[in-house]
Amino acid sequence: MSTASRLGTEPSTITRWIILCVVGIIFTIPMLALLEFTFRSGLSGGHTLDHWTGLVDEDAGRTYRNLFTGVMNSLLLATVTVGIVLVVLMPTMVLVQLQFPKLRRVLEFICIIPITVPAIVLVVGLAPVYSVVVKIFGGSIWTLAFAYGITVLPYAYRAIQSSLDAVDLVTLSEAGRSLGANWLVVLWSVLLPNLRRGILAASFISVAVVLGEFTIASLLNRVNLQTALLQVYQSDPWVAGIITLLALLFVTILLLLIGRLGSSRRDRSNA
Amino acid sequence: MNSQSGATVELRGVTKTYGAHQALAGIDLDILPGEFVALLGPSGCGKTTALRALSGLESVNGGQILIDGENVANVPTNKRDIGMVFQSYSLFPHLTVAENVEFGLRMRRVPKPERILRAQESLELVGLGHLSERYAHQLSGGQQQRVALARALVTRPRVLLLDEPLSALDAKVRVQLRDQIRLIQTELGITTVFVTHDQEEALAVADRVAVMREGRIEQIGTPETLYTSPATPFVANFVGLSNRVEAKMVDGAVHLHGEKLKPLGEPVASGSVTAFVRPEDIVFAASGLAATVVASSFLGSLRRTQVRLADDSVLSVQHEVGYAVQPGDPVHVRFLGSAVAVEPRD
Amino acid sequence: MRGVARYAGLTPFALYVLIFLAIPTTLAVTTGFFAEEGSFTWNNITGLFTPTILGTFASSFWVSAVTAIIGAIVGALVCYALLGTRPDGALRTIVDSLASVLAQFGGVMLAFAFIATIGLQGLATLFIKNQLGIDIYSESFWLYHVPGLLLPYIYFQVPLMVITFMPALQGLKSQWAEANATLGGTKFTYWTRIAAPVLAPSFFGSLLLLFANAFSSYATAAALISQGAQIVPLQIRAALVSETVLGRENMAGALALGMIVVMVVVMWGYSVLQSRTSRWQR
Repeated sequence: MSTASRLGTEPSTITRWIILCVVGIIFTIPMLALLEFTFRSGLSGGHTLDHWTGLVDEDAGRTYRNLFTGVMNSLLLATVTVGIVLVVLMPTMVLVQLQFPKLRRVLEFICIIPITVPAIVLVVGLAPVYSVVVKIFGGSIWTLAFAYGITVLPYAYRAIQSSLDAVDLVTLSEAGRSLGANWLVVLWSVLLPNLRRGILAASFISVAVVLGEFTIASLLNRVNLQTALLQVYQSDPWVAGIITLLALLFVTILLLLIGRLGSSRRDRSNA
Repeated sequence: MNSQSGATVELRGVTKTYGAHQALAGIDLDILPGEFVALLGPSGCGKTTALRALSGLESVNGGQILIDGENVANVPTNKRDIGMVFQSYSLFPHLTVAENVEFGLRMRRVPKPERILRAQESLELVGLGHLSERYAHQLSGGQQQRVALARALVTRPRVLLLDEPLSALDAKVRVQLRDQIRLIQTELGITTVFVTHDQEEALAVADRVAVMREGRIEQIGTPETLYTSPATPFVANFVGLSNRVEAKMVDGAVHLHGEKLKPLGEPVASGSVTAFVRPEDIVFAASGLAATVVASSFLGSLRRTQVRLADDSVLSVQHEVGYAVQPGDPVHVRFLGSAVAVEPRD
Repeated sequence: MRGVARYAGLTPFALYVLIFLAIPTTLAVTTGFFAEEGSFTWNNITGLFTPTILGTFASSFWVSAVTAIIGAIVGALVCYALLGTRPDGALRTIVDSLASVLAQFGGVMLAFAFIATIGLQGLATLFIKNQLGIDIYSESFWLYHVPGLLLPYIYFQVPLMVITFMPALQGLKSQWAEANATLGGTKFTYWTRIAAPVLAPSFFGSLLLLFANAFSSYATAAALISQGAQIVPLQIRAALVSETVLGRENMAGALALGMIVVMVVVMWGYSVLQSRTSRWQR
């Protein structure tokens, strides 16, 4: 028995793998079931590739128009939401870190509120706000991103803040200023490159959250990926399953990339 | 607290490898009862590994570890009857100071009234009897280490192990605490092994110091011996300050700047060498080597002055504070003639 | 920049949060106090205390508590299994990423996956029926009722626990285990006397977070339970979608207020426990 497992700081290798394998298998089952489902042909129990190939044949665009709209809308919403995070949230966080350290707690509190005020509650008050928004900006789907920017606040805040904590922004900007750079140069050449990891992580996780959002879109009667999926499910559950798996794969890759970003930064700072 | 006679500790040919890296390459050490031995060396020399091997927190690949003559290789840490103080963070955060100190007694099933009494005594010994109800995060670094010491000593272990206990503390606290540790150790007579990378600290507290390098003990001896008669250039350089002076080895004598000095340590072949000369072995004189003062540092009880010789080399001279010099002053320096350690120069 | 002008840089964010967070939240909690035509009324609030609505809250509490407890225990076990692995090693990064994905994998997509697994024709259902001879739906078709929410919720609760609790387990200092050993303690005494008490605030804090997470979850339930209002979020859906619920307008506002009260209490408990944790694990 290794010293660590004798001391109790680590589980023994057998324990470790038993726990991970059992939990891992249990958690893979629904994915496998969904995958298996997409290959089923009707109730007869046979299997077919038709559902998958149906997605790429010529009629697909017409048959699945609503689904297609949903996918496009969600991608647009994800882009605009990331835009809000980068243009509104991130500069504010940098500003607070540099100029208003006392407001940091306030900012943190504000960004954590959306956890306490979940989407289902927020949407009750969003309906009247959106009737005004629609009057000003029209009824296009992208305005929904304003609400999404709020729902991603806790995640984006945490991602950016951990980057801010890892870098001593104040000292860096003072060093830059003492060497003669003005604020714009300092922001662009000194601060942002060091915050890249947090900014990327915040963007990726915002995309993941927006792609999975259902509550607000549904209750404000908009079409996004999730509402379209639910609707398609009524008529063609197999396609719904396929898109679900693809979306899941996409988000997994995104979040794996965040994980890699994190570790590559660590390697660099340990060098 | 009663004095107790400490245990003997012996390490015989202890080896430890981590994959390709050999952390301990054959350690031989004999510690007498009640002795205070310091393991001194740079990072990576194996001193912490040796200490942890003694405690059982690291396993060894070869050799023997004997405490009071008993081979403890197969004895787990919690049965070795040792006390250990770590560098930092070792106090249990959810227990009060008193409960922390009582912990070892609790593991030995000492009944509660006796436990409380002995814990309080131990805290008094380190001067913190009044803080027994506090928590670790409410204490300063120095206080935390004193509590850790009280906790390690309360069970009256046969060996006390200290793993760089002062390294994380402020300079002033470090000095106060090391004197206090030495005092307590002497009173209790407990065999102690103390790991540090700070040579001043090791020389100040220990009965004997073992200088380690790359998994081996280079030299073990009293602080005075290590300082005045370093066996190798490494020890000469690591322990105390030295001037590195270009010299020549001729017929077994060290020739530098017109002086002939005796070499220390293993014989070195004739040729170019580097000699290690202590600042206090160079003095200002009315005549001798001509030099110019470069800078002078005031160190409280003495001064250390840098002087530049005619050949552009710089020497550090230690002298009393009364003799104050200014940069640029012309002076003369002489070597006092003490033996020096030498290292071949290629 | 002097005085008030300094704060100019903060206005975009302040305005944004005001319009899309502060105002909707205020509207959500206050509309419950007003009748359709705008007069102040207690009707909606008292409507919260009818047996039906109270039963809805009870169902929500029950589902949230059960899934939080199971999620917390299983999640903690996974965290324990990961102790000692290298933070940037393959195992840890994979588990971290998968946990992030699955914690987000709620709603509609999760519902599909579970229908495919334990629906009437689900893979697991058929397997159990054919191999073990048990029909899990012999009593009732529970997947589309409240009990059917348990398994899908646990599916995202466990990853959330792994994400939230792992830092606390990481924060256990090796010196504590080593000090325990040098003082004569065993693995058992380490876990019972040191690790468990130190981890307790974080564990229960995470438990509360899981509770809040389940309580406020809407999409999965909406996808599985197309009609009816057995838990509070679904009750809000009913109130928003139909004109009147139980004859009261603005019931959605009252329900929202009720939800917020619960969330505030739970999240306050969470933050208290978190501050205890950070004090100890500096």
